[in-house]
Amino acid sequence: MHKLERAVQSGRHWGLFVGAVAIIGLVWIWMSAMPVAGNALTESPRPDFLAPDFTLVNLEGEPVTLSDLRGQVVMVNLWASWCPPCRAEMPAIEAIYQANKDKGLEVLAVNTTYQDSPNGAAQFASEYNLTFPILLDLDGAVSKRYQLRALPTTFFIDKQGVISAVVPGGPMSESLIQSKIADLLAEEF
Amino acid sequence: MFPLFQIGPLALRVPGFFLIVGLMAGITLTESEAKREGVDPNPLNNLALLSMLAGLVGARLVYVIRYLDTFLANPLTMFSINPNTLDVRAGILIALITAVAYGVWNKLPLRPTLDLFTPTFALSAIGLGLSTLASGNAYGSPTDLPWAIYLWDANRHPTQIYYTLWALFAFVVWWSIRKGDYFAGFRFLVWLTLTAAGALFIDAFRGDSVLLAGGVRQEQIIALAVMLFGLWLMRQWGRVDGNADTGGDVDVEAVAA
Repeated sequence: MHKLERAVQSGRHWGLFVGAVAIIGLVWIWMSAMPVAGNALTESPRPDFLAPDFTLVNLEGEPVTLSDLRGQVVMVNLWASWCPPCRAEMPAIEAIYQANKDKGLEVLAVNTTYQDSPNGAAQFASEYNLTFPILLDLDGAVSKRYQLRALPTTFFIDKQGVISAVVPGGPMSESLIQSKIADLLAEEF
Repeated sequence: MFPLFQIGPLALRVPGFFLIVGLMAGITLTESEAKREGVDPNPLNNLALLSMLAGLVGARLVYVIRYLDTFLANPLTMFSINPNTLDVRAGILIALITAVAYGVWNKLPLRPTLDLFTPTFALSAIGLGLSTLASGNAYGSPTDLPWAIYLWDANRHPTQIYYTLWALFAFVVWWSIRKGDYFAGFRFLVWLTLTAAGALFIDAFRGDSVLLAGGVRQEQIIALAVMLFGLWLMRQWGRVDGNADTGGDVDVEAVAA
């Protein structure tokens, strides 16, 4: 390293060295340029990817498909009735839903029924007066597809169906939820 | 990828844990290096602590200002301990400005201070690499290579591992020269240019690059600019020291010739 220091201090060939570095760097950047089409969106449960599509039944037994909601901002909230932070954040989600549903917000509350029960989910929805769709993940396929690691976990999805943010854990405050959907609601479809 | 580690009822956020461990280990090493070189470590510790605090508060403040109406409706939520309501870029910028302001205010010499903080930067870079490995951020582009990792629904370059290994290499280089008698700022600039060179090379394998015209990756342009700036600064600082050693007006090149 003392050789490098001496080269720096003497300045001999230093300009040549820096020039060579610049040329090699530019060539590497040019070689590794990515075709814009290479950035095409694929499905995966993380920001900047398309939200993996699913169809689940609601408490009334009717199927609900995520991709049918394109054009709306969607919050997918994975929860269980026995999970304290899930219970704590549901009133905030309901309040935000009421304030924004006419502006294009939809909430899909996916109950992790494989570790809960349809009755438990229904009782919970009734207890908290939840007015958004409660979906039942009976076999855990959606939880697995969304790589669920903490309850609750919420995915914020824009009008194009792209995930913009993921909030693992909870409880979320009204301010947090509103700040995550504000920009998405303002976007054009 | 392992973003959360459950310890009883507590869900530890592993990416944040790695970041904090890297940073704290770095500050500890900076302190021990300062003592070894006979420098008072207290101003350095204060600088680090103040910058971190300012960065954290600033990151929350900027986020709150962005969504002011929302937070004014529930003012107490401004103070909640939640990493999801931080503007990270603003926080980093505010931390840097605070560090510079503190350094200028306390007349800390720039180049020796940067040298002493190099282990903080170097270990933080390792922590950042491990953090992205845990979170799945900074992921690679799809590949069929045998060492690909399955992440985000594809076999990908393990760019997070590349970054971590390179950061480790840069740290080892710094470790090997930390006791040497070099001009002030040299050890920092060696680490900086090495790190930028690594980013320039590895970013070619990223799957989440910001693309400019022609598909050129923005991160690579920044890395090249940082590397060239580091090399230019190396010459400037080396020359200043060389001149000082020889009386100030004499060009070292001429002396050497």
